[in-house]
Amino acid sequence: MEWINIIVQGILVGGLYALFATGLSLIFGVMRLVNIAHGDLIIAAAYLAYTVIQLTGLHPLASLVVVLPLSALFGYGLQLAVLNRTLDKGILPPLLVTFGLSIIIQNFLLETFSADSRRLNAGAIEISSFSLMPGLDIGYVPLLTFACAVAVVWGLQYLFYHSPMGRSFRAVSDDPEVSQLMGLNNRTVYAAAMALSMVVVAIAGVLLAIRSNFDPFMGPGRLIFGFEAVIIGGLGNLWGTLAGGVILGVAQAVGAQIDPGWQLLAGHIVFLLILAVRPQGLFPKGVA
Amino acid sequence: MSEPLLTVERLNAFYGDAQALFDVDLTLARGELLALIGANGAGKSTLLKCLTGLVKNRTGTIRFKGEDLIPVPAFEITARGIALVPEGRRLFPSLSVEENLLLGGKVARPGAWSLEAIYDLFPILKEKRKSPSTLLSGGQQQMVAIGRGLMSNPDILLLDELSLGLAPVVIKDIYDLLPKIAGNGLSVILVEQDVSRALGVADRFMCMLEGKVKLEGRPDAFGREEITNAYFGT
Repeated sequence: MEWINIIVQGILVGGLYALFATGLSLIFGVMRLVNIAHGDLIIAAAYLAYTVIQLTGLHPLASLVVVLPLSALFGYGLQLAVLNRTLDKGILPPLLVTFGLSIIIQNFLLETFSADSRRLNAGAIEISSFSLMPGLDIGYVPLLTFACAVAVVWGLQYLFYHSPMGRSFRAVSDDPEVSQLMGLNNRTVYAAAMALSMVVVAIAGVLLAIRSNFDPFMGPGRLIFGFEAVIIGGLGNLWGTLAGGVILGVAQAVGAQIDPGWQLLAGHIVFLLILAVRPQGLFPKGVA
Repeated sequence: MSEPLLTVERLNAFYGDAQALFDVDLTLARGELLALIGANGAGKSTLLKCLTGLVKNRTGTIRFKGEDLIPVPAFEITARGIALVPEGRRLFPSLSVEENLLLGGKVARPGAWSLEAIYDLFPILKEKRKSPSTLLSGGQQQMVAIGRGLMSNPDILLLDELSLGLAPVVIKDIYDLLPKIAGNGLSVILVEQDVSRALGVADRFMCMLEGKVKLEGRPDAFGREEITNAYFGT
């Protein structure tokens, strides 16, 4: 039962990693942009929620009502004002600009909030759980996180394959030149995709901040987890990304059980093994 | 005589430092079918890309229904009334047949072409409407590409290399449908390697060589040798 419990807890943690990864996968799928600042944007969203809660006294989950639209608006503006300028110029400019953005965000958060760790207080739900069977307890927050991950992936899949906006995303991803002849302004389509990605980022940031402490320098670590989940799952496949997050979470949980110091190492080893054996990931697909 | 639908004057186009078009002039009347012929690299596709804004590095005048199109971005050209069926079809592989067609009608103007009208023109597409566009034959893909262009109800349809890579029987079928496609006052610029077939359907032709217009007029106004000389620059 102990190992079943470990695997289940790993699966639930994998939901959070999938949320880290989904926004990354979406942006790469639509515009082939590797966003080095993705982890920092997750942490920035957590700080935004922290600020909203300080100002309004809202519950962390309720703060999403404010944080989600603000994040989407920021993503839209960021893409239009900065990131669009880096596209169509090779692989290096987006990497350099988002790397610079990452440093700017970290230092802005440090200057504004100090290096002290923070946490969003969600009340009793943080430590509440229910027993599925003897020896297997499920926490409400981890379950909520996993449910959010599934809902986000399902929602994005639905949007991609059953809406005019999703059709536009896929067309721009397939052929950015010809898509213009369909009346699509690629720059605003990219901005819409970034806004959507930032909505997922905000959900991930708030759930992370409820589950654990956060500080201005946690972003790069979340980026690594996100990258690993995307690569394990296969580029451009959102359900694959969820599976990648789950595999990473289970690997870390199993590693931690063998030796607490092996938690992160086990995840990285599984990632490297999959990269070596199946570089295209487990469930690759043409587009998100 | 009424003003032409499209007037191009002294059009020059560049890819980096390389000049691809040299002072090209062109006029197109409403309902006219203009064949654009020439060898590979003559500048035919570049000319179409200039008209649709895909080649931005250009000088000269492109006047469409009285409006200068040079400052108009590519994504607004279709809404103005010019649709391109690109060389090699370039369908969106992640979209189904119907999604490709619907996207073509995203900025549709009022007119006769609709999803049902396209399916009437190419019945096979209705059967395949849920299929990924990549699973179709070359001829069926060309039908989708033409349908996608028509879905916006354009004033001008630009057909780039209509017969490229298609079986002769398919080419014949598509050419047989051209009068139906070009009805209702639709103007067509047809870029084609198959010269005799293009000249057979065209009201007028323009022969290009190395980015310049070498010969233009009605097909029956020139002898075969004259056209061949213009084509090869001999």
